[in-house]
Amino acid sequence: MTVLLAVVIGLLYTLGFYMLLRRSIVKLIIGLGLLGHAVNLLVFLAGRLTAGVPPVVPLGESALSAPYADPIPQALILTAIVIGFGVQAFAVVLIKRTYEVLGTDDLNQMVSTDREPPPGEDEE
Amino acid sequence: MANLLFLPILIPLLAAIASVLLWQRTRAQRAISVAGAAGLLISALAIAERVILHGPLAVQSGNWPAPFGISLVVDTFSAVMLCMTGLMGLLVAVYRLGEEHHSREVFGYHPLYSFLLMGVAGAFSTGDLFNLYVWFEVMLISSFVLLALGGKRPQIEGAFKYVSINLVSSALFLTGLGLTYGLAGTLNMADLALTLPTLNQPGLVTTLGLLFLVAFGIKAALFPLFFWLPASYHTPPVSVTVIFSALLSKVGVYALVRVFTLLFTSQPEVTQAILTWVAGLTMVTGVLGAVTQHEMRRLLSFHVISQIGYMLLGLALFTPLSLAATLYFLVQHICTKSALFMVSGVVRRQAGSFDLREIGGLYRGAPLLSGLFLLAALSLAGIPPLSGFWAKYALVRAGLEGGNYGIVIVALLVGILTLYSMTKIWAEAFWKKHPKGKEATQLTPAAARSLFGPLVVLVALVVVLGLAAGPLYEVATQAANELLNPQLYIRAVLGGS
Repeated sequence: MTVLLAVVIGLLYTLGFYMLLRRSIVKLIIGLGLLGHAVNLLVFLAGRLTAGVPPVVPLGESALSAPYADPIPQALILTAIVIGFGVQAFAVVLIKRTYEVLGTDDLNQMVSTDREPPPGEDEE
Repeated sequence: MANLLFLPILIPLLAAIASVLLWQRTRAQRAISVAGAAGLLISALAIAERVILHGPLAVQSGNWPAPFGISLVVDTFSAVMLCMTGLMGLLVAVYRLGEEHHSREVFGYHPLYSFLLMGVAGAFSTGDLFNLYVWFEVMLISSFVLLALGGKRPQIEGAFKYVSINLVSSALFLTGLGLTYGLAGTLNMADLALTLPTLNQPGLVTTLGLLFLVAFGIKAALFPLFFWLPASYHTPPVSVTVIFSALLSKVGVYALVRVFTLLFTSQPEVTQAILTWVAGLTMVTGVLGAVTQHEMRRLLSFHVISQIGYMLLGLALFTPLSLAATLYFLVQHICTKSALFMVSGVVRRQAGSFDLREIGGLYRGAPLLSGLFLLAALSLAGIPPLSGFWAKYALVRAGLEGGNYGIVIVALLVGILTLYSMTKIWAEAFWKKHPKGKEATQLTPAAARSLFGPLVVLVALVVVLGLAAGPLYEVATQAANELLNPQLYIRAVLGGS
């Protein structure tokens, strides 16, 4: 299971970075999403897989006895998923707005900030 | 008393909530933004007084003992950065009142501004790596919206580039976090500082350190990861640019200093060599980028990069003097660069453009502005007796004492090029006649008060920090000693011996 997950994580990182390098902004967002999943799985795996032993203190005892699944990586991932959801939702809205304003989804066309905006462009 | 450490986070949070509740009343929101930032500054000063006199303070949230709960820790370095957060938060909130773009305020500018300050204050005071990630995200998502708010063409482009690269940086940061947890089983920084050396795997630890270097390097705009900064910083209203350049990239520098003094010190020959090269290249590419620019804010953005190279150099040299220089540089650079960006906003108002080729005649039309610009620009270039000089002097001395002559030469040359581009702004915007013979537009008294008030305070700080560098330098030295001897920090968090 560990090996399988490691391979999946590696693939997700590769695909994520590949998509990030594409020129289309839609593919870029997909790349960011894949990268987010890769990272979450990596945190999960880095906390070691322990199957079938939930970290619940048995009745009548005051502490956990080994072996038990480490709950911290799961808490970390939960936080990361929530944050990732919010940020990616914002990014999706932003690319929609980018497409509306710039009329293109090709990153190569997005170079006008390197030039001066025409006079009056940034007037309120 | 350690509960004081929650205030810099709670006060902006309350301000943000109050602003959300008063959604329709922009006037009340403005007052709340100013009051929230003032509260942050006061609480930060109170913390700084205790920390400087009595050593690092720590508090465990929820009273869960470290390393199980989330610790907040403030040492001298964090305390100074917190004070700068409060100061800049207040000054920019006041400067904002004099700006033109009031239509943005109905779309949540003020709550986001307070959330941004909360994120920055949280990042400066946390003692837990994962918590640092969370504060980074709080800060980033507020900055995303502040940058995109208004939705003009250049702004959308700038925001898009800024958002994408920062999401990659966050993913890398989280990768580093996951692997660190897998290796050490803890993410509390003080606990990590004790655990990492006992693992006997210096190679792996250094690799992790480099992963963090890339993640924080993107946020701090280091070579070769800085391209997002000049592509986005010149697009939003000036007040947003000022707060970004004053605080956001500095959080990246702070995080680098924190992890490379506390955690990843096992193979200094590798990390310091990389940091030195990166620092040198950041300085040079930043200043060379600035030379070709004609748009005032883009030119200044490139100088932000170049100056961050200097701060990193202090970390790379890794002596008490150089680390003190880094802190001194951070403080004086926040004042200097914010003053320069604020000047650019007033120049735009009075001469009609940010483009140096289209403006002029401000020396005659706006003598006070010219004087303020001149002082800040000379400080940026490192001319004595202004604050920038002492920062560079300490760095150069630290470099010479360590025998790093090459990097010292680079630092001095970059200083000359900085002076060159400041002269360019001076000659174009202030000395030459306006190309269309236009007189400088006069500001209304109310706008002039809120635009010039913060500007005068910042330039006064630049001068005072230069003429009386002693007190801040002593604080910076104390901070450097704390960074190089992390036992105090660790004891404050974990207790015991």
